[in-house]
Amino acid sequence: MTVRLDNVSQRYGRRWALVRLSLAIPPERAVLLTGANGAGKTTLLRVIATALRPTRGALSLFGLPAHENLEAVRPRIGLVTHRSHLYEELSAQENLTLVARLQGISAREIGAILERVGLGPRAHSAVRTFSAGMQRRLCLARVLLRVPELVLLDEPFGQLDPEGQVLVEELVRELRARRTTLVIATHDVDRARPLCDLHLHLEQGRVLRPLEPIGAARHEVTA
Amino acid sequence: MSGVAQAASPSLWRATLGVLAKDFLIEWRGRARVNATVFFAMMTLFVFSFAVGPDGNVLARNAGGYLWLAILLASVLALGESFRVEAENNALEGLRLLPISPRALFLGKALANTVLLFALGLLLAPIAVGLYGAALAGSAWHGLGVLALGCAAISAPGTVYAAIAAQARARDVLLPLLLFPVLIPALVGAVKATALVLEGDPMGQLGSWIVLLAAFDVMYWAIGLALFGRVIEE
Repeated sequence: MTVRLDNVSQRYGRRWALVRLSLAIPPERAVLLTGANGAGKTTLLRVIATALRPTRGALSLFGLPAHENLEAVRPRIGLVTHRSHLYEELSAQENLTLVARLQGISAREIGAILERVGLGPRAHSAVRTFSAGMQRRLCLARVLLRVPELVLLDEPFGQLDPEGQVLVEELVRELRARRTTLVIATHDVDRARPLCDLHLHLEQGRVLRPLEPIGAARHEVTA
Repeated sequence: MSGVAQAASPSLWRATLGVLAKDFLIEWRGRARVNATVFFAMMTLFVFSFAVGPDGNVLARNAGGYLWLAILLASVLALGESFRVEAENNALEGLRLLPISPRALFLGKALANTVLLFALGLLLAPIAVGLYGAALAGSAWHGLGVLALGCAAISAPGTVYAAIAAQARARDVLLPLLLFPVLIPALVGAVKATALVLEGDPMGQLGSWIVLLAAFDVMYWAIGLALFGRVIEE
């Protein structure tokens, strides 16, 4: 399994954002993660990304206990959330160069990646001058610097113009073609559903039903 | 898809240099904030001179102490600012999720803070000497050494505590509350050593104070290296 959670609970102060959540995501699958505001979608993505250590329970990634193997698992994960992880004083190019340098990878592709996400003409502009949608595009570019084995997208269509939303769809399809495992948390179910083959619904931090096959995956199961 | 690259953890020093270069670039871009810190430190020196009054002997005798108090108070602004940019957009989380050691993060940020405070000290020292009528009886090289060691002593625990304070609501109050008590022994060493550089060292005590200050540096940096990963992960 690419992701396995065993009885994971996450508490913020007195509030439990995730409650005894158990889950196994097979490799190369794309999971549509839905739930109302405050259901725990972002928390679940941050737990899977190892940004949060679960209050209780165990997380395994790629068959390894995640928090005992952070240096091994983190390079294999890409996370795009509404908190952009960007330095506003730096330009788009400089933000990506920093990430490339700290990942020990070449920065040669950065120009092409920025063109790919539509930020080529603004490569040298400070991120603080970017709109929310442009920052979201830059976050996607950050993931594309290296293609991770597991990509976690939190509201990837949010804040983007129609052109940007099509770009996200294309990128997700390309990632799937590269056999990347994906978890896409979104309220835009109609747009994300054709891109995914499993569905997980959260309600107040709980999973009420196991992962449901959707689309072509449902036919695989029923055949 | 363009941009297919295999990630490989960079070495500790390569990652440290990456973080250091990023911090310098951000400081350069935010020069207005650096300028504000410099003016705050200069104003502190002036305020001390007004508070003590016209007694030139008292001012000259305590010049080293006033200099270090100005650096210490300004360091709270500089250290807080250093982690404000990390808290903005949760950039520190982005760094944490990269395949680099937390020790590289600590070294990069603490070295950047040390250099910044050292540069501030270089600017303030001649102002303090002129303003308080102190004379430089000792070696300027010794003075530079004491300044570097003192700034390193502030930066290491300052970086750890600024990372803790950045996660708290009352971050501006919390940082000095945590930092100042820990720094008192090193601060005493830095003030004594600076006084000996300014007033002369007929009894040959300067070396002992420098060794004491260096010992605190080793201790603070070792503790910072050991704790920083835990501080940013929890």
